[in-house]
Amino acid sequence: MEVLFALWLRQIKRYLRSRARLVGSLGQPLLFLVALGFGFGPMYRRAGGGNFIQFLAPGVVAMGALFTAMFSGIEVIWDKQFGFLKETLVAPVPRITIMLGRNLGGATVATVQGLLVLGCTFLAGFRVGDWMTFPLALLFLFLIALLFTALGTALACRLEDMQGFQLIMNFLIMPVFFLSGALFPSEGLPAGMDIVMKLDPLSYGVDGLRGALGGPCVNGLPADLAVMVTLSALALWLGAWLFEGVQA
Amino acid sequence: MTLRKPKSPPEYAIEIRGLSRSFGAFKAVDNLDLSVEAGGVFAFLGPNGAGKTTTIKMLTTLLAPSAGSLKLCGFDVAKDPRAARRCFGIVFQDPSVDDELTAAENMDLHGAMYGLAKALRRRRTEELLTLVELWDRRSDPVKRFSGGMKRRLEIARALMHEPRVLFLDEPTVGLDPQTRQHLWDYVGKLCKKSGTTVFLTTHYLEEAEKVAGRIAVIDHGRLVAQGTAAELRKATRTKSLEAAFIKLTGHGLRQEEAGGVDRLRQFRKMWRR
Repeated sequence: MEVLFALWLRQIKRYLRSRARLVGSLGQPLLFLVALGFGFGPMYRRAGGGNFIQFLAPGVVAMGALFTAMFSGIEVIWDKQFGFLKETLVAPVPRITIMLGRNLGGATVATVQGLLVLGCTFLAGFRVGDWMTFPLALLFLFLIALLFTALGTALACRLEDMQGFQLIMNFLIMPVFFLSGALFPSEGLPAGMDIVMKLDPLSYGVDGLRGALGGPCVNGLPADLAVMVTLSALALWLGAWLFEGVQA
Repeated sequence: MTLRKPKSPPEYAIEIRGLSRSFGAFKAVDNLDLSVEAGGVFAFLGPNGAGKTTTIKMLTTLLAPSAGSLKLCGFDVAKDPRAARRCFGIVFQDPSVDDELTAAENMDLHGAMYGLAKALRRRRTEELLTLVELWDRRSDPVKRFSGGMKRRLEIARALMHEPRVLFLDEPTVGLDPQTRQHLWDYVGKLCKKSGTTVFLTTHYLEEAEKVAGRIAVIDHGRLVAQGTAAELRKATRTKSLEAAFIKLTGHGLRQEEAGGVDRLRQFRKMWRR
């Protein structure tokens, strides 16, 4: 238990000490919020959708969490490079504890990052529709963070170096984000697109987060929650399994 | 004449039996047998790519052997890795401290992973950082440390849980003579005080000659010779360990394929330019 806490704390300290990363990863979600939110806002309103910022903000918050979570997971590669991973692998601690400590730390960091983005969306005019379900929104945010930290860790276990990272960025993170319904409503999409969205794990996180923040929710909160919990558990299991096999 | 029972066998810190490890068709370690008695400094020498680091990785549970068995302080490394892990400390060839954490935080995290209580962690951190002369810098992030300071920190960290076997994989590469001198001082003190066994690899043969009680030379994954420095010199009829080493392992240059981590490091260097 103490080991878990020590490894969790390490992730938090690393995050707090790299201010550049903290500020840097705020930039992209905010750019999306400003450019798309204000850019498409008038069009969205004319089409009868109402306030676009209100729709977009939860998606952008999810984006902040997604990117930070993925980076936290991928950090395993850096630890491979800087050798710290070896230090943890030779310690008399079950691998699963190491993996859980890292993931819980990474997920906490990504959740905080999501909350920072949420704070910024208030400045752009976003308002929480229902404070009663806000704790549920926090839970969704944490689940998004946990799911993608675990996925990032799992991937990092199989990657030898950062060259593969660009590939993941372009062929995994970006599609997962863009096709999740973070940026557009999912009603009336072409059939193919609809299927792709159903297959995207982030869709359920975004939908749940949006619903819990008082916006429209397509799948219903219980269904979103069930899917996210299941997927997070699966990702953790996969990550633990792959991490078990890591040889330095 | 009465038959005398053999003296009870010496306690071995490390026992290697029939150890092999292949990477594809390449045999990095080939049927290696080696026993290291408890206490003192044991030097494990060999040219680049001879299989030293691969052997250490297997001994320290980082790599699974293809065949053979390993025992550390009597614990079977394959069957009881956690007990084996508890009894050794290691200073890796490449730095393995967390650059973002401070020296004291690195020490504390290590202690926590080895199950030491908070008060004990604090005491050992002070003791060991004082020993390696880093106590004044305990609150500095490690990224501000020089190579020699990081090395000293890693040695202090490896000693945190009072290991019975200490692995030092090329510990003095890139260090100035002063730091090297100090490092061997600490290691000497440690061996005397706590009876720790030190298993050392190095390319600095004068160092090995000076500090190691026994020496093993491997090449192409096989044991080539074993004994004290004097025995090796005598057997090869040479005047220095360096000459003995060259006689044992030949003049040819060795090639070593860069592993993933090395390639990554090169990639990063490129990136930074």
